[in-house]
Amino acid sequence: MGGGMLFRTIAISLAALTLALPILGGPLAGSGIGISPYLANIIGQIATFALLAIALDLIWGFAGVLSLGHGLFFAMGGYLIAMHMLKEGYVNAGVVPDLMTFMGWTELPGHWAFFESFPYTAALILILPGMLAFAYGWMSFRSRVSGVYFAIITQALTYVAMLLMFRNDTGFGGNNGMTGFVSLLGLQMGAPQTAVLLATASTGAALAAFLLCGQLVRSPFGRMLVAVRDDEARLRFLGYDTVWPKLAAWTLSGVIAAIAGALYVPQVGIINPRLLSPEVSIEIAVWVALGGRGTLSGAVIGAVVISALKFWLTGFAPDLWPFILSILVIVVVVGLPNGLSDLRLPGLRRMRDGR
Amino acid sequence: MDADIRGAHAIQVEGLRVTFGDFVAIPNLTFIASYGEIHGVIGPNGAGKTTLLDVITGKTRPKEGTVLLDGKIDLRRLSEPQIALAGVGRKFQKPSVFEALSVRENLELALRLHTRSILAELRGWADPRRAARVAEVLDEISLNDRADVPAGILAHGQKQWLEIGMLLMQRPKLLMLDEPVAGMTEAETRHTADLVRRLRAPDRAILVIEHDMAFVEEIATRVTVLHEGTPIFAGHMRDARTDARVRDVYLGRH
Repeated sequence: MGGGMLFRTIAISLAALTLALPILGGPLAGSGIGISPYLANIIGQIATFALLAIALDLIWGFAGVLSLGHGLFFAMGGYLIAMHMLKEGYVNAGVVPDLMTFMGWTELPGHWAFFESFPYTAALILILPGMLAFAYGWMSFRSRVSGVYFAIITQALTYVAMLLMFRNDTGFGGNNGMTGFVSLLGLQMGAPQTAVLLATASTGAALAAFLLCGQLVRSPFGRMLVAVRDDEARLRFLGYDTVWPKLAAWTLSGVIAAIAGALYVPQVGIINPRLLSPEVSIEIAVWVALGGRGTLSGAVIGAVVISALKFWLTGFAPDLWPFILSILVIVVVVGLPNGLSDLRLPGLRRMRDGR
Repeated sequence: MDADIRGAHAIQVEGLRVTFGDFVAIPNLTFIASYGEIHGVIGPNGAGKTTLLDVITGKTRPKEGTVLLDGKIDLRRLSEPQIALAGVGRKFQKPSVFEALSVRENLELALRLHTRSILAELRGWADPRRAARVAEVLDEISLNDRADVPAGILAHGQKQWLEIGMLLMQRPKLLMLDEPVAGMTEAETRHTADLVRRLRAPDRAILVIEHDMAFVEEIATRVTVLHEGTPIFAGHMRDARTDARVRDVYLGRH
């Protein structure tokens, strides 16, 4: 369960990538083995998707709680970091955010206060999504809302958030979202070095979450989560109030997803409410389902394979993507309930089962 | 009765009334199980047997009545986990084990050493008492050689024994088995009868719901026959067989 050779291979790959990126994308960038800023940027984005998939696998693959709304936490992290970059650019470099211009505002609304501070923003990126996850989880788990009902409500919440963010007067940029970021922590947006460093931070964060969640699921707490997934009533009648282990995993999952979003948005340079659309959240679940639930390794593989495929495909046939994604979903549902790990590939099986 | 000598009854249900909408599952039930006995509860489908277990474990909340554990603990005021921690263990009709976990892990998880908080339980996971109790129970349910396989690959009968073992981890005052031999082979049924008889203890009451009359006759020290939520017979199984009302109920005459 996440402790096999495949797990180690992925951990080592992520570690190697994290160490190699600054070198291959820095001093060696122009050489034959170098990484261009463009490629570094793609690697960085995919790493944030892997991080997001790890977050979902923790709660879905191990505790059996499906969320079709992890885009909500991802977008929260993204919006918060975007607010920081815009506010910081406005205060320190005098760059007026677009949303002020087209709303005709002479100053930013009250909820933008203190966002020029990175520590304040970083704290909010952990606290706000954590609080939202805790509040929603507490209400749902206490009233024993679970399974498909829980999943549908997560989807509905995300949809509501999207409608809210589409409004221009809420002070979050409306349907244009936020863009035109100047810098983050002194790094100029658009500079090659920035792309490499953000990518490095993303692979590093994915590695950290992978190892942390790996430890967690192998601990007694992880066994408790699996017990919740396999037979929650049995666990309750053994004397455990199952609300608490679920709530802990769910909240942690939401926070990890928000960190992923905060790393993603500086790399794409824009955030708008489309990140809160149902398709985005469903795609996250597809990554995990395709890679195989409850292994963490599967989540990373699913996220990397599908998003790499998407990057490649959007280069020449973006319209095909929804169809390909749908076909993948059907293949998983009909033929591969455990995702790619159902494929009888000798190498993959040996890696998965090896200890 | 010997239970009276010891004082309290393991479980004491009085004036119990359970309804689901307009349907009255149990109109007015008084039921007692004493320490030291293996109490069979039998009756046709819809007699209210499982409902009675649901009420005792807190799964179903009754309209009226008292449910006392050990003569003093009011189970109606406790949540499901609290009732379990108070000493009520229940085996479900369908084998309910954690399939992805090993037999050993299933048993480890079933022992609450720190009943106040799950966090304290997790911190004290490596407590030697846990491993010691697991070893005892593995012996008791004869699954020693299967300790480290996933519970999901166990045979049906073995899963049932594992679930009973999980309940034993906490040394329950009241052990309730809902159709423990349903779907078992003859050999498995015999093994289960042996197991249940061995579990009989002066500080424990065992409640067995079962359709298999031969099994009940073999293990029960006392039986209660329920019909439409009302006890129509209490006593020895061999007398139940000859009781006119019991025969009517089972033959469908009223």
